[in-house]
Amino acid sequence: MESVLGRYRNLTILVGVLFLQILGLAVQVKRSGDAENTRLIRIWAVGTITPFERGLVWAHNGSRNLWHNYFFLRGVRAENRELKAQIEQMHLEQVRLSEDAAQAHRLQQLLAFKEQYIAKTVAAQVIGSSGSDLSRSIYIDKGSNDDIAADMAVITAGGIVGKVLRVYPSTSLVLMINDQSSGVGAMLEKSRLQGVLHGTANGEVVLERVMSDEQVAPGETVLSSGGDQIFPKGLPVGTVSNVSPGRELFLNIQVKPSADLSRLEEVLVVTQKRERQAVVENPVKVRAADILAQRLPSVPDKPADAGTVKPGNGGASTAVQGSNGGAKPQTDAVRKPQTENATGSAAKLSPATPAASNTGAADATHKLTGAAPVAAGETSKKVLAKTPSDSAASGNSRIAVQPNTPPGASSSDTEPLGTTSSSVASTGKSSAPQSKPVTQPLSQPPAADDNPH
Amino acid sequence: MPITYTSGEQIEVYRFSIPVTVGVPLLALFLQAFVPRRFPFFSIFDLPLLVTIFFAMARRNPISGLFTGAAIGLVQDMLGAYPIGIYGIAKTVVGYLASSLGAKLDVENAGARLLVTLAFYLIHAAVYFTVARGMVSLTLDWSWVRGIVAGLANGFLGVGLYFLLDKFKQRT
Repeated sequence: MESVLGRYRNLTILVGVLFLQILGLAVQVKRSGDAENTRLIRIWAVGTITPFERGLVWAHNGSRNLWHNYFFLRGVRAENRELKAQIEQMHLEQVRLSEDAAQAHRLQQLLAFKEQYIAKTVAAQVIGSSGSDLSRSIYIDKGSNDDIAADMAVITAGGIVGKVLRVYPSTSLVLMINDQSSGVGAMLEKSRLQGVLHGTANGEVVLERVMSDEQVAPGETVLSSGGDQIFPKGLPVGTVSNVSPGRELFLNIQVKPSADLSRLEEVLVVTQKRERQAVVENPVKVRAADILAQRLPSVPDKPADAGTVKPGNGGASTAVQGSNGGAKPQTDAVRKPQTENATGSAAKLSPATPAASNTGAADATHKLTGAAPVAAGETSKKVLAKTPSDSAASGNSRIAVQPNTPPGASSSDTEPLGTTSSSVASTGKSSAPQSKPVTQPLSQPPAADDNPH
Repeated sequence: MPITYTSGEQIEVYRFSIPVTVGVPLLALFLQAFVPRRFPFFSIFDLPLLVTIFFAMARRNPISGLFTGAAIGLVQDMLGAYPIGIYGIAKTVVGYLASSLGAKLDVENAGARLLVTLAFYLIHAAVYFTVARGMVSLTLDWSWVRGIVAGLANGFLGVGLYFLLDKFKQRT
């Protein structure tokens, strides 16, 4: 026996080592909570590798920030202008959406729904991966020291990324949604069909458990359904890229993840979710018309001693009065000099992206005022022409300009600009004649020199 | 003639310093975990496998080779999300076979190294596939095309890497 073992010593040791590993593997597979059994040795391995990764990520980010924040500032001004224009568009969109949200809340309250929302997130940086193309998991630089726990959702602005699988003191292992052992409750946005999303061996993401007699079109958005108790409902997951018949009676729906899982750098870990009864909030209402009015040319200020209206500062506080709360936001805008408010805002509204801005404005105004929808090209004209008269009719005027003029002054003196004339409509004039000058500042923003005074 | 048969007496056995023995596998594991996040195509390479093959073939000792493979594979498993042992078993087998081959053949030629690396990559993939499907119930699909392409890619990388690591060899 000894001679046999001695002769096949290498082979015996090989079999012994393999046997031990297979035994260990079997024990882990048999026990469901293998993560706890192997936690200590995993901590050692992670503790050995991740400090280097953190150091490299830190050095990389430092050098990149130095380059981007100090040396590579070309084009920042142009980008800033674009972003400001986007913000204005989003303000309008926000008004519309907040109305929708308020309506949804009212309906939810009526039905006694409970809603779940993300209460707290922790930003984390991706520092490494599992080191295998068969296991889709990443390491982030936040761990139990940062209140991260297992089974927390990991998301980006684009969509969901995965869930926290294992937590170490200063790092965590995140199992991504394209790993084959992951599972996410998901639903299709339009049809509201629910299924289970998981990864495949080659890193694709598929939505399963959708019956084959259902109609699913490529391009449809997939959202989290909240059924897995990890991801809050409604987070973007991806879009359907391909639909084919699957096994048994189910469809095989391939999904392109919204988040770019192969190039993740920063993620958010949802550390706190809350559930509450739907309540109707009573926020301070901002109307689309108010926002539009902020962006329009404003009434020039009058000198206090002058009998006629002239551009300049001083008369604004008495000249401009809102008839109700809806006119509140205009005050500051009107007080500002012409050049900034009129040329800046109106120019952004109309010449740069006329269709987009006007459509948004029209949509918002239509929703809130009940005005008929208008074509994109005519939006600003119609909206602006309509709003004062509507406001006047309902007693809810947008801007009420009291001409701070002597009783004998002519009307032409008190109507130097488009907005002034339309706003004066609330004082009793008919809306038809005022609509004409209002349209001009949108297509040709008045400069300070254009002021007739 | 890429692979030359040599008798045991003619084959040189190499050893490595402790920093190289510990540092090179750790560096390979670190790069394998770090680089694919920046360059996703890098995930096709298996640096720990290349290091296992190199050390095993240079030392030409099956026991040393299998333990080197087991250690590297187990650490690689610890960094992943799956149970520990899948890579460990696959790399143990590769380490044993590579050192056994190294004891019989003198594989110093670039072409021979390419072919040997390709072969061991396929063996490694086959063992991993068997264990992952048979024991852990992972649903893997075997693809010859992918295996050969990845094997060749690893082979070409391995040829360069082996020549680099040859600098650390010390004659016994």
